[in-house]
Amino acid sequence: MGKILDIKNLKIEGYSNEKWVEIVHGIDLTLDKGEVLGLIGESGAGKSTIGLASMAYTRQGCRIASGSIVFDGMELFGASKETFRKIRGSRIAYVAQSAAASFNPAHRLIKQYAEAPVQHGLMDFAEAEQKAIDIYRRLLLPDPEKIGYRYPHQVSGGQLQRAMVAMAMSCQPDIIVFDEPTTALDVTTQIEVLAAIKHITEQFDMAAIYITHDLAVVAQLADRIMVLRYGNLVEEGEARTLLDNPKEAYTKDLLSVRTFRKPTDQNDHNQNIILKVQDVSASYTGKEMVLEDINLKIRRGKTVALVGESGSGKSTLARVITGLLPPLQGQIIFEGKELPPDLKSRNREHLRQMQMIYQMPDTAVNPRQKIRKIIGRPLSFYFGMDRKKRENRIIELLEMTELPEKYIERYPGELSGGEKQRICIARALAANPNLIICDEVTSALDQLVAEEILKLLQRLQNELGVSYLFITHDLATVKAISDEIVVMLQGRIVEQGEKQEILTPPHHEYTDLLLSSVPEMNPDWLDNLLAERQAAQSL
Amino acid sequence: MAFFKLLRQSPLSARIGMAMILINIAAAIFAPVIAPYGETEVVGDVWLSASKDHLLGTDHIGRDMLTRLIYGARNTIAIAFVTTMLSFLIGSISGFFAATIGGWTDLTLSRVIDILMAFPTLIFALMVLSVTGTSITALIFVIAVLDSTRVYRLSRAVAMDIEVMEFCEAARLRGERTWWLMRHEILPNAMPPLVAEFGLRFCFVFLFIAALSFLGLGIQPPTADWGGMVRENAGAITFGIFTALWPAGAIAFLTVGVNLIVDWFLHIASGLKD
Repeated sequence: MGKILDIKNLKIEGYSNEKWVEIVHGIDLTLDKGEVLGLIGESGAGKSTIGLASMAYTRQGCRIASGSIVFDGMELFGASKETFRKIRGSRIAYVAQSAAASFNPAHRLIKQYAEAPVQHGLMDFAEAEQKAIDIYRRLLLPDPEKIGYRYPHQVSGGQLQRAMVAMAMSCQPDIIVFDEPTTALDVTTQIEVLAAIKHITEQFDMAAIYITHDLAVVAQLADRIMVLRYGNLVEEGEARTLLDNPKEAYTKDLLSVRTFRKPTDQNDHNQNIILKVQDVSASYTGKEMVLEDINLKIRRGKTVALVGESGSGKSTLARVITGLLPPLQGQIIFEGKELPPDLKSRNREHLRQMQMIYQMPDTAVNPRQKIRKIIGRPLSFYFGMDRKKRENRIIELLEMTELPEKYIERYPGELSGGEKQRICIARALAANPNLIICDEVTSALDQLVAEEILKLLQRLQNELGVSYLFITHDLATVKAISDEIVVMLQGRIVEQGEKQEILTPPHHEYTDLLLSSVPEMNPDWLDNLLAERQAAQSL
Repeated sequence: MAFFKLLRQSPLSARIGMAMILINIAAAIFAPVIAPYGETEVVGDVWLSASKDHLLGTDHIGRDMLTRLIYGARNTIAIAFVTTMLSFLIGSISGFFAATIGGWTDLTLSRVIDILMAFPTLIFALMVLSVTGTSITALIFVIAVLDSTRVYRLSRAVAMDIEVMEFCEAARLRGERTWWLMRHEILPNAMPPLVAEFGLRFCFVFLFIAALSFLGLGIQPPTADWGGMVRENAGAITFGIFTALWPAGAIAFLTVGVNLIVDWFLHIASGLKD
């Protein structure tokens, strides 16, 4: 097979602190016709930067310093604007992570689809419309004849992402660059998009670069995988060989991520219930119910995982428990006593015992407060500690969360995402709570970092006996950390029970769908799953 | 200590700004010492041009221009500064309050502010001042209250954005009172736009006082203020005498100085490195 793209010794620089700093250090990349190349790495690995560089494009504040980018025999590095205009969009297309942010909300999907081919003079609008319907069908979109005439807000996230893939396909490009196209989607939606992408790349025998941080996802699609870290190539190889037999330690780490399991407790049958949610229903408007008939219990020193996809009402439940949203009916019983429904009527002791950790560590800490103040405030607020005691306790808490003592003088901006999340944990612990509500605490973090956070949370639970209500959409996290699992769908609990019970078949229908949708490292997983589902449907 | 360290790192533009303001403040404080004549003393003929006795000439009734300029710094800077401070105090506290409490409090406060803003500021000030009389205290209060409506709008909008952040929710869940939320969570994050606005408002206040003086309700003669001095001597321009440019220049001088420092503050506050 001939090479369609050949990148040699690519160096990319980013502008920061008044100088150009090299962020991609001489990467070689080749792509054959019809081949799917997976680029994998954590944030800051330079995978998106390299992906964009394959069409000789860089984001604002970056520049390609040296190297050569040969596309189909043409050198793109230093090529004229005219060349770029001809190639970008028509011969190399790009699919961004957030389709919702990338579509123009004011135009119908099909108009945006047709823009590139019409502009490039490949076809007229009527022709493009016909093509679009064909591609929508191939991408397994529902109602392909009509869906194009909707506006972006009228279709779901997964459909929008597929509409964006269709848009990239509009000129029948030689290469499509997929930049984390499924990262923002729920697992069950992710399957649809993955299936669509796989389907279409095979049908058109198109070359693609697939960028992701999730090895299991890339395993389903890629023929070849490149593992990147800090702008360097760590390892490269055929997908199957690399997954079966990784050479580098970093690749092994990535592969073994999510294998952390909570040690199952043997003799500890603590029946002491710390939080009980009884018949809770809640609504934002007073009319449409967001939560209906929620009943759940959390035992002391245990972790209950609350699982569900976006819109299932799991964060709303957290708001009800914390008192931010008083329920329409039902009670929250904490330590045997009913809590007042709204935050204002709860006393300081109630508030102290229940703490919260958030999804985005960046917005969960005040960027203008030093770590000393962030962690120190609960200490003086709840316990009235004086300066000296407080100082000692803050250092203790930093140690517990495995952070160096010197961070006490820093602002959150000087810390990494994982470290900020540790600060949030330390802040929660400062109150000596009995229950910590963790709202998607690992979703915004890189996998290796997330794993460390999970381990830390588990260690703290063992040491302090604190209970967790762990809200997540990620079933791998659930498997890792939970004692009990509650599955939510559209504001209702569909299944709940001990971890073993839920994770071993027979499942509730929806639990089964959720569980089977989590990508596995096995490259045949997607094909098998789709075949299975199809078989089940035709029965 | 930290302050001195900050000063040492200040860029040239900020140092120039500081020097400009220091000159003004020094003039204001030591006015009686450095001014060659008395504030209201008539020392010569009308609109004399610059000479050895009168470095900047004389004004429309023969008072020494330099002396008036120096005394004018006193009144103008002090009044403008106090007024701006007051308007920011009122505006930002009520703005933050409305944003943090929300609901009916926000609605009521915002509508009251809307009503105040519905009147043209100058006419409203004229109306109130003609009732209260034109004492300096009344002047300061009226302008501060009128100006605070703009500050309210800005600080409410800024605080609304900050208030929905998770760290504010975390503080609420901790049980913090409204005042703490305003002072420790919102204010530090709202500083950059407020500081920028301060620089602008400070300058507008002079101009407003000048406009009021022009209509006879500002700082009353014979007290010297720059805005009033521009107005008093504006007529001279038609005779080719540029005396009025001196107080106008002084206003520009101070405004530029203030804004140079404000720029520097903004730079530090926004955390930009370059």
